[in-house]
Amino acid sequence: MNWISEWALPKIKTLFGATREVPENLWHKCSNCEQMVFHRDLERNLRVCPHCGHHERMGARQRLECTLDEGWQKIELPKVPADPLKFRDQRRYSDRLRDAQSKSGLDDAVVVGHGTIDGQPAVVAAFEFFFLGGSMGAGVGEALVAAARLAVLQDAPLIVFTASGGARMQEGAVSLMQMPRTVIATQMVKEAGLPFIVVMCDPTTGGVTASFAMLGDIHIAEPGAMIGFAGARVIEQTVREKLPEGFQRAEYLLAHGILDMVVKRGDMKATLAQVISLLRVPEVPVFPALAAPSAASESSAA
Amino acid sequence: MSHFLEFEKPLAELAGKVEELRRTTDAGGIDVAEEVGRLQDKAQKLLAATYAKLTPWQKAQVARHPERPKALDYVAHLIQGFTPLAGDRAFADDAAVIGGIGRFRGRAVAVLGTEKGHDTETRVKHNFGMAKPEGYRKARRIMELAGRFGLPILSFVDTSGAFPGIEAEARGQAEAIARSIEAGLEAPVPFVATIIGEGGSGGAIALAAADRVLMLEHAIYSVISPEGCASILWRDAAQASTAAEALRLTADDLKKLNLVDTVVPEPMGGAHRAREAAMDAVGNAVAAALEPLLALDGASLRIRRREKFLDMGRTATL
Repeated sequence: MNWISEWALPKIKTLFGATREVPENLWHKCSNCEQMVFHRDLERNLRVCPHCGHHERMGARQRLECTLDEGWQKIELPKVPADPLKFRDQRRYSDRLRDAQSKSGLDDAVVVGHGTIDGQPAVVAAFEFFFLGGSMGAGVGEALVAAARLAVLQDAPLIVFTASGGARMQEGAVSLMQMPRTVIATQMVKEAGLPFIVVMCDPTTGGVTASFAMLGDIHIAEPGAMIGFAGARVIEQTVREKLPEGFQRAEYLLAHGILDMVVKRGDMKATLAQVISLLRVPEVPVFPALAAPSAASESSAA
Repeated sequence: MSHFLEFEKPLAELAGKVEELRRTTDAGGIDVAEEVGRLQDKAQKLLAATYAKLTPWQKAQVARHPERPKALDYVAHLIQGFTPLAGDRAFADDAAVIGGIGRFRGRAVAVLGTEKGHDTETRVKHNFGMAKPEGYRKARRIMELAGRFGLPILSFVDTSGAFPGIEAEARGQAEAIARSIEAGLEAPVPFVATIIGEGGSGGAIALAAADRVLMLEHAIYSVISPEGCASILWRDAAQASTAAEALRLTADDLKKLNLVDTVVPEPMGGAHRAREAAMDAVGNAVAAALEPLLALDGASLRIRRREKFLDMGRTATL
């Protein structure tokens, strides 16, 4: 829920500093090791720093692009009432929303696509962190319900890549209700006997973590991703203790039994394909070469 | 009534004057009955006027009033033969979540609540109503128990939110909340939740994914506390009052948004001024909400509950 500190501050810095689009900024400074990376090298390396292996945040469309096989399709998401509360803080929420939409070319903070992963059908929803901190309001909730429905309809597993600061405060209790609504989405997928796989990316916090994201059949995270319920600052203020090293990072959650695995971005697609295959394809033909060494030598002799 | 809220200052002054006059009379001074009556009349009118138009921020203060009936008060008042159950069967018993079985107007039910405590000792014992993973896991266990034995679930929600702590995160706070929401949605029995004070974010919805959600007139229900919202969006916790307005966290607004089903009126001047009457009103509202649900089987309840939540937000707008 502290998407401002996670999202708005860096965003403001980007606004006043150089943006990724400007020509002089062809070099990207790794936010971890601070080494310079040529932007095309970074994109080619799936936004993973070639020097230190740090996973930079990735947009939703690029995520679908590198997860689904060529020919995947984006689906139209259902419309929901925008700005249900007529919310205004220092700016109108409706203005913030319009800005985010025009900057990203998206309707809301989730993109849903369907296609195949190494030939196996799948529905993939990816959060767009650069859209209001990936926060979850009615639009995001509805997108996840739509993704679940599509998965059931296509008899395909549902994979969600999360990257969200949590609930979208500007939608008040409407955003809170997206927690049960997205839990229902997971129930629909599971009742249809389909795998629901969550891939937690940096960051996954608040109401997103405390709803559908923690109800996966399989929980995967990207290395170093910040994952938790409460914000680190709030915890520090509440317990007045120093937070342990690596607290709320993917590796910490793995050690605490909350994740199944931490997977590098470059291995993600193959891992997903493997998991889906194991859960969905009860038996595959066994090549003689793998069945028994003696059989293998016979067949090679023949 | 001993604790006056900041905005009740004029009321406190009047009450002080009445008290002073009474003392004069008791001390054998002149008879001031008439004057006392006049002042009391004035105080009543002022009380009615004040509470008729509470701002959202004032409601937040009333919702958190230390003398407001807490979950255990409702249990003591409305549930006969309450048999508390404890523990998540894995780690600990979390006193921030109370639960058990008992009878509500003769019918065996499962009861859940978040308990804030009413004095320093009980507040510490119940961790100020902020539950840890074991609390939500206990809630889930009791909901599953209710499902197996066909007991309707009644919950009384009053929490500022889930506890933000290192250990809570390490033990899977988010997962525990998610599973508790899921257990509520899956329960094959009627489920009536009442927001009695503060409905704080995920910690509240964990016990309120119910068929019918009731909310007391001066309770609040929100995705984030007004202070938290103010410090993030206004960068100034002192803007809590403005944030409270913007968040639309009052019972009336939530009813308009179709996010709660029933607003339970409170006695004049708030539940803390007439605790028994307030708890009776909740009892009646819970009974009225429960009655039509008793006729439905488990499968229909689950389908309807799901539809109810899926509809939320599709049309919700003020």
